[in-house]
Amino acid sequence: MQPTSHAFKANVRDALDDNTLQRALGNMKTGFIGKRAAAVARLPEFEALRDQGRAIKNHTLENLDFYLETFERNVTNAGGHVHWARTAEEARQLILGICRTVDAKTVTKGKSMISEEIALNDFLEAEGLVPVETDLGEYIIQLRHEAPSHIIAPAIHLLKGQVEEVFRATHTDLPADRPLGEVHELTDEARSVLRKQFLQADVGITGANFLIAETGSTVIVTNEGNGDLTQTLPKIHIVLASLEKVVPTLEDATGILRLLARSATGQEFSTYTTFSTGPRRPGDPDGPGEFHVVLLDNGRTAMLGTEFQDMLRCIRCSACLNHCPVYQSVGGHAYGWVYPGPMGSVLTPSLIGVKEAGNLPNASTFCGKCESVCPMRIPLPKMMRHWREREYEQGLSPAPFRAGLKLWAFFAKRPKLYRFGAGLAARLLGRLSGGTGRFTKLPLAGGWTGGRDLPAPEGKSFMQQWQARRREAA
Amino acid sequence: MDARSQILDSIRKSLKRGPLGEAAAAGPAGRIASHAPGLIPARTTTLDAKGLGDLFVRMAEEVQATVTRVAAPADVPGAVAEYLTSHNLPADLTMAPDPTLDVYPWDDRPLLRIRRGRAQDLDQVSVTGAFAAIAETGTLMLISGNDRPTTLNLMPDTHIVVLRADQVVGPYETAWQRLRAEQAGNAQPGNTMPRTVNFITGPSRTGDIEQRIQLGAHGPRRLHIVLVEGPDAKTA
Repeated sequence: MQPTSHAFKANVRDALDDNTLQRALGNMKTGFIGKRAAAVARLPEFEALRDQGRAIKNHTLENLDFYLETFERNVTNAGGHVHWARTAEEARQLILGICRTVDAKTVTKGKSMISEEIALNDFLEAEGLVPVETDLGEYIIQLRHEAPSHIIAPAIHLLKGQVEEVFRATHTDLPADRPLGEVHELTDEARSVLRKQFLQADVGITGANFLIAETGSTVIVTNEGNGDLTQTLPKIHIVLASLEKVVPTLEDATGILRLLARSATGQEFSTYTTFSTGPRRPGDPDGPGEFHVVLLDNGRTAMLGTEFQDMLRCIRCSACLNHCPVYQSVGGHAYGWVYPGPMGSVLTPSLIGVKEAGNLPNASTFCGKCESVCPMRIPLPKMMRHWREREYEQGLSPAPFRAGLKLWAFFAKRPKLYRFGAGLAARLLGRLSGGTGRFTKLPLAGGWTGGRDLPAPEGKSFMQQWQARRREAA
Repeated sequence: MDARSQILDSIRKSLKRGPLGEAAAAGPAGRIASHAPGLIPARTTTLDAKGLGDLFVRMAEEVQATVTRVAAPADVPGAVAEYLTSHNLPADLTMAPDPTLDVYPWDDRPLLRIRRGRAQDLDQVSVTGAFAAIAETGTLMLISGNDRPTTLNLMPDTHIVVLRADQVVGPYETAWQRLRAEQAGNAQPGNTMPRTVNFITGPSRTGDIEQRIQLGAHGPRRLHIVLVEGPDAKTA
């Protein structure tokens, strides 16, 4: 998809004015956040498991070439095929080539963020294939020609009436007077419509939550069972995965799985966790006849060895989105590309460049909530600061911001002058507020006062109070 | 340079090293060979067999699976028949050709019409065994094979799983250990894993519309477990 991350500020204004979106986002606090907290409280080992998860991924990244080669060998041993893709375009062509071998028409899909990253659906459609998303949320947004607004709940920005609307517009062969006002009616309709697609699909494409080097297995985690039907019923199963998904052993994946569902939906374990190894075996009554894994780099190997390497530990649980005050206020579409929220603010500039996505690492209050809930202990705020630094170094920040920063830096390097100036400014501002204690308007601070009042400084500065206390103590 | 070589090169360049030599590869290779379990939560580690069975049932019921506990294999067909009657479900079953299900006296319930094989689209009810059950989270572990079709776990509206008490383990790691032991005996070289290992925790669900949980998104709407309490469960 064409990124609109550069237009983040305009996107945000639209999002805040969108009443439907604001109502839909209101469901988030009662859902994900409360459930995660309860699930974490039930598992005393959760913090230790986070340390372990970080260690597993760090070890894997340090030996990534070894584990990918081992994974490839074991996929091949099990009768599958591994394909390497440097870029989104290479991955798309590889997938198309596999689809062409069986003259595929319908391609069912399990939910995959990598598929969004490489804009696979648009490509397959242009090539005359019919990609069908089967995760309920993905199916809804595919019908609406939208991007996902959340990495595990793609349609979280919608209310049920909007889903009813698009189902009525699409499923025109069903009786027009059928009841469709309730969530269960919508779910049932999608189930029966998509079941037909599962049965006629020639190829099923899923993502992967993990790749297991030891066994050559790929792992998907779902609640609906759509990923399983996607990969079991067609002739060919294609797994599309970015290469940092690999872990060494079944036990390593298991340890991280204990973190994943709890951090994501607050479940103890997702409904379906499925390990797939090669194609169906001789004599098996079902399962795909061919098994392909497309390993995508798309800029990730370049993140290794940099200050953004830690981002490659991400398991796409969405805890950082769910807990982010910015995401909660504006939803995912405002971020303007595939990955929203704090993880997106770090990952997106790596994948599409800081010039396009420089707004995103600036869209943070640095409250630190994201890092505090990240199961893989990724220092997201620190990495957003790194992106801000790079943006500054490359001269991409706006001129007034750069001038302001230079002015501030001049004083910050001269503490005595800084304190004198700060004290003077505080007294002046205090007096200018006219005793009201706040400003509703202030020159150069319109960005702040446009949405809220600026408190006027009162009393003594921190440094003055600090020195006074030290004198008292002495 | 081809994509594979270039990606591996790029990894090594970023990590500022060449390919791992024999000595350096010994660490990762050893990790794979030993596949040591990591931290295992204490939730299950102090429980005896009865405690594991109880925890499994509690956790499975928490995620809307239903469980009938029966005392002997002879009681299984009756428990299945009663479940179907009480839910107004048809008596037509599709059952895995799995020989471990043959020990239950299905002929005692002649009203059950049983077909053995993989699932077809309109099948309402499936019956399968399981490889193991994980008490830690109320999770069933099913593996595919010539007589264990994966489709039975996914397509019918109602999935009934017959589980023996000795199949209930504490953590996932114990189930992996059992699977490795079994596969070592009968797997073809290179195929250390079955094609499919399904961990199933409750019936299918979605929260994709307004975060309201609905059961039966694409997989079974109902997951019923018949737990056969063996001597293991009583004496441990």
